[in-house]
Amino acid sequence: MTYSMLWHVKQKEESKSMKQFVSFVRKEFYHIFRDMRTMMILLGIPVILIIIFGYAITTEIRSVPVAVLDQSRTDITRKLVDRISASEYFNLYKMVDNMEEAQQLFRRNKVRLVIVFPVDFATSNDASIQLLADATDPNEATQITAYMSQLIMDNGNFSIANGTSDSRFSVSGSRLVPVVHLLYNPLMKGAYNFVPGVMGLILILICSMMTSVGIVKEKEMGTMEVLLVSPMKPAYIVIAKAIPYLLLSMVNIVTILVIAYFLLDVPIAGSLTLLVFISILYAFVALCLGLLVSTMADTQKSAMLVCVMVLMLPVILLSGMVFPIENMPVVLQWLSNIVPAKWYIIAVKDVMIKGLGIGSVLPEIAILTVMVAFLMLLSVKRFKIRL
Amino acid sequence: MNNIDVQHINKSYGGVSALRDISLEIKPGELFGLIGPDGAGKTSLFRILTTLLLADSGSATVCGLDVTRDYKEIRHCVGYMPGRFSLYQDLTVEENLKFFATVFNTTIKENYGLIRDIYVQIEPFKNRRAGKLSGGMKQKLALSCALIHRPEVLFLDEPTTGVDPVSRVEFWNMLDRLKNEGITILVSTPYMDEASRCDRIALMRSGECLSVNTPEGIRSTYTRPLYAVHGSFMYKLLIDLRSYPDTYSCYAFGDSHHLALKDGKNDIVGLEKFIREKGYTDVTLELIRPSIEDCFMAL
Repeated sequence: MTYSMLWHVKQKEESKSMKQFVSFVRKEFYHIFRDMRTMMILLGIPVILIIIFGYAITTEIRSVPVAVLDQSRTDITRKLVDRISASEYFNLYKMVDNMEEAQQLFRRNKVRLVIVFPVDFATSNDASIQLLADATDPNEATQITAYMSQLIMDNGNFSIANGTSDSRFSVSGSRLVPVVHLLYNPLMKGAYNFVPGVMGLILILICSMMTSVGIVKEKEMGTMEVLLVSPMKPAYIVIAKAIPYLLLSMVNIVTILVIAYFLLDVPIAGSLTLLVFISILYAFVALCLGLLVSTMADTQKSAMLVCVMVLMLPVILLSGMVFPIENMPVVLQWLSNIVPAKWYIIAVKDVMIKGLGIGSVLPEIAILTVMVAFLMLLSVKRFKIRL
Repeated sequence: MNNIDVQHINKSYGGVSALRDISLEIKPGELFGLIGPDGAGKTSLFRILTTLLLADSGSATVCGLDVTRDYKEIRHCVGYMPGRFSLYQDLTVEENLKFFATVFNTTIKENYGLIRDIYVQIEPFKNRRAGKLSGGMKQKLALSCALIHRPEVLFLDEPTTGVDPVSRVEFWNMLDRLKNEGITILVSTPYMDEASRCDRIALMRSGECLSVNTPEGIRSTYTRPLYAVHGSFMYKLLIDLRSYPDTYSCYAFGDSHHLALKDGKNDIVGLEKFIREKGYTDVTLELIRPSIEDCFMAL
């Protein structure tokens, strides 16, 4: 046989494989579109997650109810209280007359912070203000007191500038006031943090979970048995399974970006192309993870369980999305390094929020690429060509 | 040359032996039946021959190809219908057929002649989802899908289990027609009455192959006198017949008992006397030819 004839045969084989492949992908889309409930969940998940993270479990300080115990009763304190209640962060719930009343408000969960001005506040040279915070939620308490300190300090300076004497007071006891500039997210908006996190979560959810459940379903329903006894290459079966979910997750990423940009005012500072490229790379990692899960699980239930426990929980807990990695025990910090979402979220924040170019996310891209290669190799090795 | 050649196959699952030293030779164009109850090892043998399982020891070839080494080539030339309905329930009849046609690098048109007789029966429902078909129609669709690439060898694992009697007869008629097309068919069934539809059968039990022969050949190896016994008080009658000294075996078969007497003890008068003495008045005895099931029970 001549070379050209060989080439011709090879090409014919390839076009046949292509046909198999296309028909398999079409079948996958049938599966997805005919299961309306799953379809609605898949398309609705990003919207729901954004709403939950954006409005329900927000960590932003807004309209915190406070009570004031003003024992000095001077113009300065009254002015200060006006300022506090005028700010968007705090609402004045009540002026209380004694400590007992303040305690009561705490216990009835009416206020989260009480400000106590001492009797000698306006007269003493080193008067201090007492801030009492409800520390049942320590993170929130820290944040509230920090905001309040900042507010009081700002307004203290303001009154000095107005020439009012006797208004020197301190919050910390130190005259050294640090000047803090918040970069990239001057308004301390939570959305800047959770939007990349939700993207990391969605891609794992759809690419890993749906792909692994989809493949395992074929095993469970017995259709895998028929497919294996066919000329279809096992690799094609798997890739064809993954493609629709890859596309679907891209739709979700676009949904998230649109909601984030138009509703939550999250900027897309860097290159959109780079952002999409990183997302696709991360989606590949997720697909490989799903593939790996499918080689281990025999039922849809176990596949789903593995995905939630082994893949989704680390994304939420160890990726830095909810809890800062720097605050974790060293062991967990090490562990967080193998969570792909951590690197993805870092890269997305760099590109989307900070507007950095490809040069600064190269390490993350490299790590994700290595992960793809490793997981691909592992799952191809584990994929069974028999039952 | 044999189309399926099985030599000394052994297979066990974690110490439980599923197949013990199975050897079979199936010729081209033969309709060969594996007959045996659940747990006989029929499905394991099917999976080994369709390259889905590896045998612990022994060798097997299908279309002259080794099931271990040449598994890829075998997957091109065989059709397989697993025991469980294994098509896509959320795809329509036509979509399933089309899908399997492309998976096997062919089109419905190309081999329509082969499946026409079967497919015309389900064609009126071609836009119905496969999950919504009746049991008999599911089997017809599954058979159409397994045949769509005109395989050289067709493996049918319990195709008639859970199918109504009329559809079962139809199904076997279809297999006859496929045999005439020159396709080698290996079919398994737990129903002994279907065995006579095969060219040759292998009786299997607990992973062992008890006997391989034509259905007629197997029936002719049965040498004992066999009676069908009818009467009232059937259960008591069964106990009493088993206590008769010349009884070799007695089993309940539908509405009668099949009583086999020991070799050379064909004393019908003595038997009738025994039954009368036990107090039965309406018992009829009828000398019958053994069925495959009788032979199976005797093995």
